[in-house]
Amino acid sequence: MNIHEYQAKQIFAEYGIPVARGYPARSAGEIESATSSFAEDQKIVVKSQIHAGGRGKGTFTDGFQGGVQIASGPAEARAIAGKMLGNTLVTHQTGPEGREVRTVFFTEATGIDHEYYLAILLDRKTAQSVVIASTEGGVDIEEVAESTPERIIRLQVPPTLGLRPHQARRIAFGLGLEGDLFKEMTKLLMNLYRMYWETNAMMVEINPLVRTADGHMEALDAKVSFDENALGAHPEIEALRDTNEEDPKETEAAEYDLNYIAMDGNIACMVNGAGLAMATMDIIKYYGGEPANFLDVGGGATEEQVTNAFRIITQDPNVRGILVNIFGGIMQCDVIARGIVNAARTIELTVPLVVRLEGTNVEEGRRILAESGLELHAAEGLAPAAEAIVARVASAA
Amino acid sequence: MSVLVDQDTRVLVQGITGKAGGFHAGQCMDYGTQVVAGVTPGKGGQKFRDEVPVYNTVAEAVAATGANVSLLFVPPLAAADSILEAIDAQLDLVVCITEGIPVRDMAEVKARLQMPGTRTRLIGPNCPGIITPGACKIGIMPGYIHQPGKVGVVSRSGTLTYEAVWQLTQKGVGQSTCIGIGGDPINGTSHTEALRLFEEDPGTEAVIMIGEIGGTAEEEAAAWARDHMSKPMAAFIAGTTAPPGRRMGHAGAIISGGEGTAESKIAALREAGIEVAPTPAEMAEALLKVYSPG
Repeated sequence: MNIHEYQAKQIFAEYGIPVARGYPARSAGEIESATSSFAEDQKIVVKSQIHAGGRGKGTFTDGFQGGVQIASGPAEARAIAGKMLGNTLVTHQTGPEGREVRTVFFTEATGIDHEYYLAILLDRKTAQSVVIASTEGGVDIEEVAESTPERIIRLQVPPTLGLRPHQARRIAFGLGLEGDLFKEMTKLLMNLYRMYWETNAMMVEINPLVRTADGHMEALDAKVSFDENALGAHPEIEALRDTNEEDPKETEAAEYDLNYIAMDGNIACMVNGAGLAMATMDIIKYYGGEPANFLDVGGGATEEQVTNAFRIITQDPNVRGILVNIFGGIMQCDVIARGIVNAARTIELTVPLVVRLEGTNVEEGRRILAESGLELHAAEGLAPAAEAIVARVASAA
Repeated sequence: MSVLVDQDTRVLVQGITGKAGGFHAGQCMDYGTQVVAGVTPGKGGQKFRDEVPVYNTVAEAVAATGANVSLLFVPPLAAADSILEAIDAQLDLVVCITEGIPVRDMAEVKARLQMPGTRTRLIGPNCPGIITPGACKIGIMPGYIHQPGKVGVVSRSGTLTYEAVWQLTQKGVGQSTCIGIGGDPINGTSHTEALRLFEEDPGTEAVIMIGEIGGTAEEEAAAWARDHMSKPMAAFIAGTTAPPGRRMGHAGAIISGGEGTAESKIAALREAGIEVAPTPAEMAEALLKVYSPG
């Protein structure tokens, strides 16, 4: 789960990681009160809050340039924020449709001497955390790794030991810091690791981490993503979820314990098991079709879940056909069949439907489908099923 | 012959008094698996199905019944602790079915598994389990789709494993052991380790390996197979159409930073001389191109 920069910085502040004073605003009234807490001659950074990178270079759909801007004082900050709020920002990460800005964040502008990069993330290969730091911040770290790998410090942290002071010192020295800055940096590192570990973060990234003109370290940006599996233990983090940043169909699917991801194609699919669901998308493509979604109904789906799954996939206006592929192990084919029949009746299906059932109680499942009077094609085997739905969608077009 | 589990395996079920634990413990017993004990803290003294004794701790269950393998159904936030308990009790194998364990917890479990002197192997989490057809089923897979034989199957995905097994069985080709290693980013047994077990097992003649996007475990397994595997192999990789940066159902199925693509895995497998099935409908067919069952 991702959160906004202003939320990440609030957590940073709680953990003693230095950030500039800042206030979020979601309405004209909040813009007014947030900006009024700055002095008249205070330079203010106005930042659009969306879950996507490249905000500074982004463009709003009405032509307004820059999702991050510097204002000379509160009055200008108010004017800029007014143009951002409710506007739609397009960056290289949002896709052409962009994201609506529902929150703007005001922070004190910081004089910058140097920009560094710092991140902590979990490396699945070693099952250890990795701290990545670089003297080259404020740019794409992948490019730094490519062009000047010697400027990147990578340090493994065993989960049972955690980040140790000597490691923090190595990183701070490695970045060329001395004196008070060195002390600030080691403290920042220890606090950042503690935050990363205690909140079950998958990744924390500060890009850039800056040395300010008045000689301090400060997190200028903050990107944090959390382990979805651990949110049950962190209700305070779950509360930071912004469903506006998620596909409404995905959010609705999650409420029914369904795993749905929208795709660009026109053949919807409903499958049990994540691996088989991916493989079903692949085989649709292999036979010349385009999958409209990934949908895993799980190992033990109920009739109600199947009905809801159908409703969700048919909400996509691009859908021209549906492929149901179930290998019933724990899940029984007759249960799926009843769910399909119910769903097809309630939502008045208008597109071709191909169903492939295999596994437990398959005969009973096929009988229920055959006797339902529904217009559907029951396929035997995965390849014939994929071929059948691709052919039906192509001939209807 | 088989790997890791056979008719002599003595199984204890952690979480046997829960709904899923109880249901599947029963299914395993019906298949013929020796389920000798259950463990649920605070419910020691009860009996499951009027015959299987329930204990408060794994250590107690092992001392009383000689159980050597655990099948684990403990809820996600408590599961890692239960795995650690089984490791401390020196079981040979822990098969963790639980989905949704925090990654941080699994990082700690992995560190514990790597400590010198550790006896236990972990399969999973977030997996269907392991089965030696006709002898021992430890997991949630439907038993009847399997047939005893000589093909090993290893996979990150449950239903895709069933798909491969069913294709084999329909062609009259049986399986030695099928291992579901699970869909999480950090797991106990890797593709490579499963391949090594199959290579060393005289009862296994050929292997189907099923992978998916995310991580580099398939590339590592391909490199290992190229240098060490003498037995014929086929593979399938799911996720050719998966968009980067999205988690495709399994916590571990994500392409990030250009790493973990299906293309990279398929290329590595082909380079290692492994037959790659073009679609999930042709997994058994791909194997039979390079292997003739005796």
